[in-house]
Parts: sequence; structure tokens; C-alpha cells
Amino acid sequence: MAKINMVQAINQALKQEMEKDKRVLVMGEDVGVDGGVFRVTDGLIQQFGKDRVIDTPLAEAGIIGTALGMAINGLKPVVEMQFIGFSYEGFHHINHHMARFRQRSEGTVNASIVLRGPTGGGIKALELHSESPETFFAHCQGLKVVIPSNPYDAKGLMISSIRDPDPVVFLEPEKLYRAFKDEVPEESYTVPLGEAKVARQGKDITIVTWGAMVRLCLDVAEQLKGKIDVEVIDLRTIWPLDENAILESVKKTGRAVVVHEAPKTSGFGGEVAARIQEKAILYLNSPIVRVTGFDVPYPQFALEEYYMPNAERIIKGINSVMNF
Amino acid sequence: MKSTVKSFSVEYFQVLDSEGNVDNSLMPNIPESKIKEIYHLMVLVRTFDEKLFKLQRSGKIGTYAEVRGEEASEVGSAMALEKEDWMCPSFRETGVFITRGAPRDKIVQAWRGDVRAFKGDKKNLPVAIPVGSQTLYATGIAWASKLKNEKDITIVYFGDGATSEGDFYEAMNFAGEFKLPIIFFCQNNQWAISTPRKSQSASETIAQKGIASGVYSVQVDGNDAVGVYKITKEAVDRARNGEGPTLIESITYRMGDHTTSDDSSRYRTEEEVKYWLARDPLLRLEKYFRNINTWNDEYGRWVKETCEKEVDEAIAKALAIEKPGPDELFDYVYAVMPKELQEQKKELEEEVKQRGL
Repeated sequence: MAKINMVQAINQALKQEMEKDKRVLVMGEDVGVDGGVFRVTDGLIQQFGKDRVIDTPLAEAGIIGTALGMAINGLKPVVEMQFIGFSYEGFHHINHHMARFRQRSEGTVNASIVLRGPTGGGIKALELHSESPETFFAHCQGLKVVIPSNPYDAKGLMISSIRDPDPVVFLEPEKLYRAFKDEVPEESYTVPLGEAKVARQGKDITIVTWGAMVRLCLDVAEQLKGKIDVEVIDLRTIWPLDENAILESVKKTGRAVVVHEAPKTSGFGGEVAARIQEKAILYLNSPIVRVTGFDVPYPQFALEEYYMPNAERIIKGINSVMNF
Repeated sequence: MKSTVKSFSVEYFQVLDSEGNVDNSLMPNIPESKIKEIYHLMVLVRTFDEKLFKLQRSGKIGTYAEVRGEEASEVGSAMALEKEDWMCPSFRETGVFITRGAPRDKIVQAWRGDVRAFKGDKKNLPVAIPVGSQTLYATGIAWASKLKNEKDITIVYFGDGATSEGDFYEAMNFAGEFKLPIIFFCQNNQWAISTPRKSQSASETIAQKGIASGVYSVQVDGNDAVGVYKITKEAVDRARNGEGPTLIESITYRMGDHTTSDDSSRYRTEEEVKYWLARDPLLRLEKYFRNINTWNDEYGRWVKETCEKEVDEAIAKALAIEKPGPDELFDYVYAVMPKELQEQKKELEEEVKQRGL
């Protein structure tokens, strides 16, 4: 089995789905001739031509809005946002239309679109190139929100997202694009949406996390090995939420920390914590702690290191729960 | 060195003037019976307005946006389309829905906030509330038709206010760049709630906003049903023949308030309203029929009575439709209902049962 990185894994998923289903097309800024600024769509225009790998004008609302129209008229666009922070320029098409068209039309229209783009920080990029907006999308009722943490899941989740009849926002942690390689089967396979994964088994404490933070949490768990036995849950899909996976783990460990890059207040970690206390409070030995970004806009990169949750903060969070 | 690298002009079309006189050089090839059909539909739309306005006042429907004054613009343009073409409305296109053959009772049902009305209607899209945003998905629909080599074209309706929105400019730009089979139909009705056309933009015409994007753009007298039909039909033919998009600025007037929640006497003069009342699109067609001796008062009464009966029946039928149940709240959000929604649906069902709703 070949070892490939996340960029290559997503590229493979796009290629295989485009070969399988003529309705699937890729569109966005610089996705064709240039293969995308991160090269996720590299080589696709040579294979599928400019009608299925469309270099669009530079207009995010225009890209998202027209992609929705294509979906209404029976195509399956996979839309690249060059950086997910740029999707705010077209946010009204995501919230007002993509997320709502199915309900508004009583199921007559499936807005079967994948809106994909790099998310999160850690690569010293310019302002608004490092956003973690998963909560915005999770709060647009009608969307699904996916965020892989490794190449294997990225490929399988992308294939599931393209085949899904509902609109999916697919967040690709840019820090992980080329960070490491996984063994990824060459053939097509799916990883189901809405299913979390136990990324590491443990019995003392549960970390619920997603995206680039999964790797960091796994590193922390290794560091603590022999002292604290940490279980790591990788949500993989933010919405619909795999509540059972979280509850099952917390019922076993009795302790929980939620880790995410997005700011703390109203971040999705609050939702995870609320679910645990609603449905498993009597299993808890201590309060749930959130280790997250600060309640500030994601900074320019000279300050990035201060912002990003790191191993020390996660360990501090774990200790405060363990020693409650 | 200095030179003029580009100049442009905007053409204005009028086939019937406000006295119903015909410009024969522009008269399209349209049978007399079709003009009568347009007139009949326009009376139907006016009747719809009158009755739905009253229905709103009696609390039987929600907020209603009157078409009054824009009947020629709506019916004339919609008559130029084929049934298979895609129609993306804003919120004032009741006249377009009527012309496109939407069941009359369903139109009333939709104004009762009940989206079941248009379930299954793929080609006439639901009303779009975010102003101007429909121009973009309409452009995408037309784009898909082109990519699939299908002959359907798309028309999208919006008002003069919508042309201040960024989405409108982005839609023009995409449609021009990819030469898409779409008609941007701007109902320039002079008012965006209380903001007059002249305060909306320093652009002398709305039509010229399309020219910069390579979109063929024209003005038409929007109270001239025959002119609107002619210009739209030409745009439809061009789109279907692969010759690209058209922006039509249909110059008309919103004779009523913005919606039933508005009071236009706060911001516009009686003189202005009177000026436009004299240019009522229905009167213009009646004058035209009189000029060519195909009008008699008995015909006029027959049309009005037929329309009243049709609308009364539609209203009675719509009011008898049972209210949507709690299922409707959850069933169409996702293709497969997530667990959370299943649980919440169950909660609501229990509540509804307990309260005996």
C-alpha cells in the first residue's frame, strides 16, 4: 500500500469520483491550470478538461452561488475555497441557500455540493488564512460539517461527502496537508459521515477533538503514558455529531477535556460539553475542561504561537481534570 | 496620447405607447389572440392582488407583495418562455407564477407560509427573500444547462434595488464570461421600499450595469406588455441559440405599497402615483384594443368576472387545505434525518399530542 499525504489523498478521492460519476465537477480559483494553491486538484484539468475542472473568476459568493445553481440543475460540484476564511465572502449563499434549499423546496431540490477548503493555523500564513469556522457551519441547519485528521480518513470522508445528497462543508487542516503520510489504499473506499473514531484507547480520561488537534492530542497521550491513560476521540464529522461515541467513552473514563483551535466562547467544544452533562453527568468525576484558542481573532502569524493550543496547555487541562 | 478605447449606448424599446398606439416597425410577430391572452392573464393578476390584499387585511394570509402596476412586465416576459425553461423569482413574481400555469390555489397556499405549495415543481423555483442573491444560483442553473448541452434557458427576476447588491454584479460577470443562456430580468419599479431609483445608484441606467460584464443589455417600457414580450422573446432566442446572456431593464412602477406591511404615503407623492396611474399597463392594452376596434365593454366585463370567479375558487380551495403538521418542520432538512432531529421531532410530536393541536 502506498504512503501518501493528505493533499494526495484528497486528490485521489476527487479523481476517482470524477471518473465514476460524470456529474461531479471541480470549480474554484486557480484549481485548473495551477492545480490549486495547495495542489489538491493537481492534474485533474489534464484528465477531465476545463468543463469539469473550472477556473472561475475571483468571486467567492459567485462561486458558491453558481455552484448551488449547478446542483439544483443536477450536477455535483466540489467547490474549492482557496482558504476557508474566504468563504465568509459568500457566507450568505451557504446559510441562506445551500443549507436551506432542501427544506424550502420540500425535498424537491437536493443541494448536493461539497464546499472544501484549507482550515486552521500553524503555517505562518497571512490574515484570514488560518480560520477555524466549523461552528458557523454547524449552526447553519441543513449542512454537514466534516474535518479529517489524517490522509486515510481524508480520502474516505471526501468520497462519502461527494456521494452524500446533502451539502457538505469539508474542512482540510492546512497544517496537516503535507505533515505526514499514511498508508492509503489506491482503490476507492468510504469513511461514513457522522461517525467519530477512537483514535487512541485509554481508561483514565477522554479527549474529544478534531482536525489538526488530533495529532497533538495523540502526542500528549503518548507523553503521559504510564502516568495517565488517555483516550482520544476524533470526531471526524462535527455535524451530525456522533454523540454516542463521546458518551460511551466518557461513561468509561468519567473525565473529559475538549480540545479545538477555534476560540473558546461559543466554540463547538461548548456543545460537546453540554451533551456530556445532559446525558452523562452522573458518570463524571470532575468538570469538563476546554482547551481552545483564545477569544480573540486569529492573529497575524507573529502571534500565532501564542494563540495555538499546545501540548503544555493540553496537559495542564488534563491535570486540572485529573486532580479535581 | 489620448484616445477613446470603448464607448457604448443603451437602447430603449416601446411597441405600444401610453395611448395604445403601435410602432409598427417594432411590432413582433404575435397573433391577436396571444395579446388577448396576455390581457386576460394581466387582469387575473390584478384580481389576485385585490383579493389577496383583502385576505391579508382579514388575517387569512401573511404579508403579501402586490404586483399592481407590474402586470405587463411579469406576464409579458413569462409568456416568452417555454414550460421547460427555469424561472427564478424574487418575491413579487405572482404574475409570473400565474402565467407559468402554477395552480392558483397553490399560489395562495404559498402566501400562507406553507411551502408544500410548490413541492415537486423543479422549474419554477421557490421565492427568494435575500435580495438579488437568486441571480447567482440562476446563473449556476444556466451554466449547468450549457455544460449538459441542454436547451433550457433560465430567467431570473429581481428589482432595481437588487442591482446594488454585489451578487448581481458577480452574476453578470460569470454569465458574461461563460456566455451562459440566462436572462436577467430587472423590474425597475422605481422603489426599493422607500428608496427611489435615483438614490439607489448614480448609474444613469440599470441596463448599462450589464454592459461592463459583456452582457447584452437593453431597456424596455415595462408597462407595454407587447414590448416586454418582444424583448424577452428575442433574449430567449439568443440564449437558446448559444449567443449568451441578456440584461433587460423593464421600466415600470410599483403602484402599490412594498408589501402589506408598508405605507408608501410616507415617502412618495400623490402626483407621482397619479402620473403612473395614467400609464397603467392594463389601460394601455384596453386603449390598444379600442384603437384597432377589437374591444367592447362586454368583453371587458366577461374577462373581469371570469378572473374573479377563478380567484375566488382558488382562495376557497387554499383556505380549506389543512395546516402542515409537525413532520414538515423536520422531514426535509436532510435527505436522511440525523439522530438529533429525530429526537427533537419526537419531542414536538409528544407536545403537539398533549396540547391537542
